Formats: sequence, structure tokens, C-alpha cells
Amino acid sequence: MIVNVSRRSLLKSVGLQSTGLVLLTPMTPWAQADETPAKDFELGVFVSVDPSGQVTIVNHRAEMGQGIMTSVPQIIADELGASWDRVSVVQAQGDPKYGDQSTGGSASIRHFFPYLRQMGAVARTMLEQTAADIWQVKIDDVKAQDHQVVNLKTKKAIGFGVLAAQAAKMTVPSADSVTLKNNNEFSLIGRDVKLAGQEAILRGEAKYAQDIQLPNMLVASIERPPVVGGRVKSFNADAAKKVKGVIDVIQLKDRPLPVNVKPVSGVAVLATNTWAAQEGRKKLKVEWDTSDKRVAQNAAHDSKAYLKALIKKVNSKGASVRNEGDVYAHDYDPQNTVEATYTLPYHHHMSMETPAATALVEGDSCTVWTGTQTPQWAKNLIAEELALDPSQVTVNMTLMGGAFGRKGKNDFTLEAVELAKATGRPVKVVWTREDDVKHGFYHSISANYCKAEVNDKGSADFWIQRVAYPPIGATFDLAAKRPSDMQLSLGFADVPFALDHLSCETQDVETHVRIGWFRAVANINNAFALGCFVDELAVKANVPTHTMWLNLIGKDRIVNPAKEGFEGWVNYGQKTQAHALDTRRMKAVLSEVVAKSGADKKTKKNEGWGISYAHSFNSYVAAATKVRVDGDKLTVLDMHTAIDCGIAVTPDRVKSQMEGAMIMGLSTALMSEITVKDGAVEQSNFYDYASARINQCPPMSVHIINSQEAPGGVGEPGLPPVLPSIVNAIYHASGQRIRDLPVNKVLTV
Amino acid sequence: MLKLTLNGQSVSLEADDNMPILYALRDIQQLTGTKYGCGAGQCGACTVHINGEPVRSCLTPLSMAAGKTVTTIEGLAKGEQLHPVQQAWLDNNVPQCGYCQAGQMMSAAALLAKNASPSDDEINSHMQGNICRCGTYPRIKKAIKQAGVMIQEAKKTSALSSQGNNDSREVLS
Repeated sequence: MIVNVSRRSLLKSVGLQSTGLVLLTPMTPWAQADETPAKDFELGVFVSVDPSGQVTIVNHRAEMGQGIMTSVPQIIADELGASWDRVSVVQAQGDPKYGDQSTGGSASIRHFFPYLRQMGAVARTMLEQTAADIWQVKIDDVKAQDHQVVNLKTKKAIGFGVLAAQAAKMTVPSADSVTLKNNNEFSLIGRDVKLAGQEAILRGEAKYAQDIQLPNMLVASIERPPVVGGRVKSFNADAAKKVKGVIDVIQLKDRPLPVNVKPVSGVAVLATNTWAAQEGRKKLKVEWDTSDKRVAQNAAHDSKAYLKALIKKVNSKGASVRNEGDVYAHDYDPQNTVEATYTLPYHHHMSMETPAATALVEGDSCTVWTGTQTPQWAKNLIAEELALDPSQVTVNMTLMGGAFGRKGKNDFTLEAVELAKATGRPVKVVWTREDDVKHGFYHSISANYCKAEVNDKGSADFWIQRVAYPPIGATFDLAAKRPSDMQLSLGFADVPFALDHLSCETQDVETHVRIGWFRAVANINNAFALGCFVDELAVKANVPTHTMWLNLIGKDRIVNPAKEGFEGWVNYGQKTQAHALDTRRMKAVLSEVVAKSGADKKTKKNEGWGISYAHSFNSYVAAATKVRVDGDKLTVLDMHTAIDCGIAVTPDRVKSQMEGAMIMGLSTALMSEITVKDGAVEQSNFYDYASARINQCPPMSVHIINSQEAPGGVGEPGLPPVLPSIVNAIYHASGQRIRDLPVNKVLTV
Repeated sequence: MLKLTLNGQSVSLEADDNMPILYALRDIQQLTGTKYGCGAGQCGACTVHINGEPVRSCLTPLSMAAGKTVTTIEGLAKGEQLHPVQQAWLDNNVPQCGYCQAGQMMSAAALLAKNASPSDDEINSHMQGNICRCGTYPRIKKAIKQAGVMIQEAKKTSALSSQGNNDSREVLS
């Protein structure tokens, strides 16, 4: 149902004042597809055309640097026939009327591309019909383009603004009834347009969650329990309260395990400014209680010992999640068999903006301003917290200074709500960098085991792979001990090779810290293991790594892991043929990255290329890295990424995501690591959780495959193949095979 | 009461001398363009200029700015006219999330004020205190070079035009 709306309240809610055409269209929400739609699910992203011709398009997704504030409106504007320089973009609030707003899983375009186009096409059809009526011609004889409707016979044109008021009186056609453009008619999709919001950023005017200032507002800094599940035993706030500017010290309520995405309790110092809150907090004395049986287990957590246990687990047979043929009946030839275990430490998102949220609770309503990837989840959690109806909660979505998955969790938003309720004043919670590093939702520590036997065809078979890591599910359910089918579909049990004998297995583990989604999630460790292992097989078989990949992938075909032993295959929520796993596209990106980088060419002494490949979030990515190793000194010399993401809606943002993924790959592979001792995270800030700096970044090139396939994801898929490409390059430069990250344990980076 | 010149305006601040400049700017002056990233001088997100020199405002107490000239990202442009660094950042679509970019641009502007044609090594050396977690470094490098060219061209143009003025004065006299 599409509603033609002129209700002022709705317009006002997103800052629109229009007397022209305003369209509200329901989006089919992917995440809710199998659920009953929320009661007030009636509206969606909307387009408005005012009488001056100005087009306003709402971006309903969360902007964290991926450029969605440009790409969503760009898709709609293209189908509308709008001129980009006459389009303004408005950020939506969190509201189920927009359909799914959970911005994660690189889903904004790959899930909603057809619906976004329909929305533009509905508005375009109404403008075209209005012009056709005026000229007394058929709708086929007119065409919307360049912000006007043209009479194809007379070449006369009427501007959108002139048509808007009359178009607004029409019955709105259904989304299914309108005709979408042919791809070759795209005017904006696939072109680089002026990016929304850049100038505000450059002038220091863009508003992030930390930048919210309200009259009478207090700023809170919170001391949290070092161990997950810890509670405040006692605290002394006398000295803290003497700090000038400190207004109050409040204990947050205890929360039971599992912590879910809720706060972890603690003691908050509230002050009239950020500095006073932080200074007051330094003078706070808190004693923690970790005596609860399950909390005591967390308090005994030692990541070093835990990793050893994971390695041991994956080196023995686990629970089967996919099986073909019978690897265990095979008598492996030791000369041709490769067996290896690969490990990654915990990782932290480390977005440049630490978590922050501001809340105001007044009577039966609550308003928050928060940097969240999941505004509707926030809305529901707040309503639950305050015993309100979600309609009484307003969630304003600020820009996020990076997120990478961390800000899909609303613990910090709920902290602000709890304190605003307690004080009766607006409260902004600002996390210090130390808070951020020590109280994250970490990327799982992991061990992956691989074993296979190479053959004389430059390929391999009798493939065993096992994985063990604390699952995200444990954040929500203490009984969760192994990865879900969704997690196993992230580059593990969906391995696309043409094998006769394959066994994919997992092992049960206990979880002792908060685990969360981190850019590309389990694809990181799975692609690292697979990418390194293919390189090791290639060396064993004495063929180029590129050749080993092509041989393992095999002939041109559509791979369906669900029919090849992995019934739980999820394929990133995409059941459509348009997102089928296509071996031609896998081989093409691999060949593209080799051709463009020259990774198959001979290098100087002590230099080497490494390549790798990963499919994730319905996109295909290959990476090539060149390094130099002098003694124990590593220098990264050159990096390339080739991506087939289907139609690249905003090519420059695809490129920027690939650049960012290469740099995050450098950080993750070479220098960063979260360790836990006595249940507490040992790192604190950038000096001990390092991130790549400008002087550590080599020249970078991105090669986007020209494709008319359905769009795949972009925000995450760039990362997984980068890590193995770096480590493989180190091997080819130096003969040193590194299987445990980060690399700086053995080389200077 | 502490006096300083902030983005060209004289201001008096009622704040503790020990308060880091960052918080005075953000919480008292409501200039939120300068960002908190680490509070430890590790990431450069809070970079501002004091008398033209880049400093980490998260660690620099307000007392250090007394009587001096402080420039923040809000004071980098001349009204509508973007600073060459901002223009080059815009031309290269440098920002992703944008959060660190005020600090990046303030560092870059300070570099280019002294050296309008920095080498790659000079850029790396000067900019390595500014972390970007999104990974915009390749574009930052390009944008700094472009801004440097813009600054040099602007200098040439103003030198030419002032020379032109001199010539005309000579003719008139």
C-alpha cells in the first residue's frame, strides 16, 4: 500500500514542509519478512516534490561512513528522473514505518534495491500521468528526465515543481504496477554523484552523537565492571562529588547474565561538562562483586589459555555441519597432505567516535539522540526499559563516527535513558576510549583447522575443515555454545569448491566476554584460514596460487551448498537466483586482481605477492598484496582489490569501502589484538590496540568489475580476503608461514 | 577568566585553567567540530592550531591558550570560501564517516602553511599522528598534494596581482 499523504505531522517529523507531491511507500522489510508486521507499519521511505521543484528524499538507513545517505536517495532519484543537484536528503528517525532500518550485514542496497527503485518509479509515474493528462496524450508519449516531464512528440516539457500539486491529487499506483527503467536508462545509478553531507563534515558542522548539546544537560562518565556480569559491591563517591562541576553520582542498576545488548551496570558520575565528569570518575572508588558462579567463570577467563584450548579442539573431530563423500575412510598420503591450524585473537571495532547517546525522559515520553545502527531495536528496548509504548519513544539518528558493527548494540543508549530517568534532566553518556576498548562486543577469538590432499591435477580433495569460536549467540543465550547456521554460512560451510570428499565440523565452547558483529564477522577468520590454506596447497602442489584457486573452484556452475550437504545454508538472507553463488564470478575477480596487480610476475629478492579471495554478503572480492621482508622487518609495498558487487550504485563509495577494507585488513592482520586476563580486557587505547597509520599504508588500487547483476554488499566484503593476501605475501617473500595473527608477534611492522 | 582569540574573535572563558582545550571548545563554546578520539594524544582527532601550530587539544590545558590565537575547523574556511585543504578534501571525497577529518585537515593545513609541496615522506611523517579507522589515507595523501598546488597557485596569483599593482603605481607616479 502506498499512501499519498499531506498530513502535516508526518512531514514535520522529518523536517519537511511541502504542499506538493508527497509519497509514502511501504518497504518490504527483509528482517521481518517471516514475521507479523508491526502495527504501525504503514509507511516507508518517501519522496516529496515541492512546487519549486525541490525534491526531498528520506534516507532511512544509518550512516556510518559507508555513504548510504547518498546511495539510497540516488537510487530513488534515478527512477524518479530527478536532477541530483535539485535533490536534498533528510535523515529519518528510527520508526517501523520505514520498514527494516537495521544497518548491518551490508544489506541496505543488496536487500532493498528493487523496492527503492519502485519508490522512485511510483512518484515518476504520477508526475508523468499528470503531464500526460495536461497534454491529453498517453502516458507512453511522455517521459520524466532531468527533473521535468517531456512530451516525446512535441518536445515540450513541464518541470516537476509545476506538476507536483496536481500529481498529489492522484490515486497512488501500486508499487507492483509501475514500470522500472531498463538498466541502460540509468541516469544516476552507477555514476559518481556529489556525496550528501560532505561539506558539513568539512566545515565541522556535521552532528555526531557526541555533538548533541541540550539546555540543562548533564554529561555522564561511567565506571563499569571489568568482568562481564560483575556487580557493584560498594562504592565511595565522596572525592568524586567534590570535583567542581560534578552534580551527582548514580549507581546503575544490576543486570543479570546474559547481558544481551543491555548495559553492564556500574557507577555514573554526572557533571555539567565532560571533563568534570571524567575527573570526578577518576576519584571514584568502586569494589566489584564477581562471586556469582557464572560470573566467576568469566573472571577466570584467560584468552591465551582459551586459544590453546580452541586449537586443541579443532585438532580433533567435531560435530559435522556439512558432509560429502567420506574423508575419514581415506588413507592420506603424507607427502601430498597439508594440515594447518590458523588463529585470530579477539578484535575490537575501535570506531573513531566512541559510543555516545543523549536521552531526555519527560512524563510518558522519551527522546534520544544516538549513533545507532539499529534505531528500531533501540526504540523497543527503551520502551521496555521505561514501560512505555514504542510510539512514545523518539529515536533521532545522528551520524556515526564509524561503527563497524559495534553500534548495532544499544547498551550506551540505554545507559543514557536510565540516567535521564533518574535525574529528570537530559543526560549525554560519553564513553572514553578506555571504556570503548574494555567494554566492547568483540570479534570472536578463533581457531580454524584445515586438512586436504593435493593431486597431480593441481587441485586437492579429502578436505576437512573445523572451526571453534565463542558464538555471537552467547551474548543473548548462555546455552549457545556453537556457531548458528547463519554464522556457519559466513565463508565456512559454504565453501564453494568442487570436492568429492568434504567434512565441515565445529566444536562447542563456553563464552566469557561479550561477542558481537564486527565488519564481515566470521568471514574474517574463515577467509583467513581458507585463503592461507589454498596458498599452502598451491605450494605443496607446485602450482601458482591463482591456479589452485581456479582448479578448486572448478567448472562454471551455480553452487548450492544447501544441496551439497549444508542444509542450513543461509546465503546472507538472499534466496533469489540473482544472488546465487556463481563460480564464473569467483574466477573472474581472481583473474582480474592478478591481471591488474601483476601478482603473477617475478619479484625482486625478499619481495613477494600474496593473493586471496572471498565471497561474502553476496559480493565477490579478490585481494593481492605485495610485501618486502628484510630480516624481521616487514614493509607492505602495494595492495589491490577487485570486487564484483553486481551493479555498483555509487562507484566512488564502493572504491572508498575497498580502500578502507584494505587498511582495516592491515590493522587486523599485522598489529591489533585484544587479550583478556582474569576476565578483564588488557588493552586500553590506540597505543596498545594499534590501528594502521598513514605511513604504514602502501599505494592501493581498486578494480570494480563492470556488472549488471543484482547488487551485492559493499561495506564488509572487502575485508576478508585482505588478511590472507598479506600473510601469503610474507610467505612468498621470505618463506615464513604465519598462521597466528597478528603478524607483529614475529615481524616488525 | 581566561582570554584568547578563537577563530578570529576575542573570547573570555570562565573555566578551570586545567581543563583541556577540547572540552572548553566543545562544552563551553559549543564548537563541536573538534572531536574526542582518545584523550591521550594518540589519534589526532582533536587537533587545533595555537598560533598556527597544530596541537592535540585533548591534552593541552586551557592555560596554554591564554592570550593566544586558537583556530578550529570552524575557523578554517573564510566564510563561504573553503580553505584549499577543505576544497581538496571535497574534490577527492576524502571523508567516509568524517569523524577524524577535522583533525586530519587541521594537521594538513599546518603542514602546508610551512611546506606547500611536501614529499610523500614528509606527508607520512607529519600526518602519522592522525588515525583514520575508516581508512581514508590514500585520499588524504592525494588531497594534501592537491591543496599544496592550490596554495602555491594562489600565492603566484597574489604575487602577480600585487606586482601588477606596483607596476600601475609606477606608471601613475
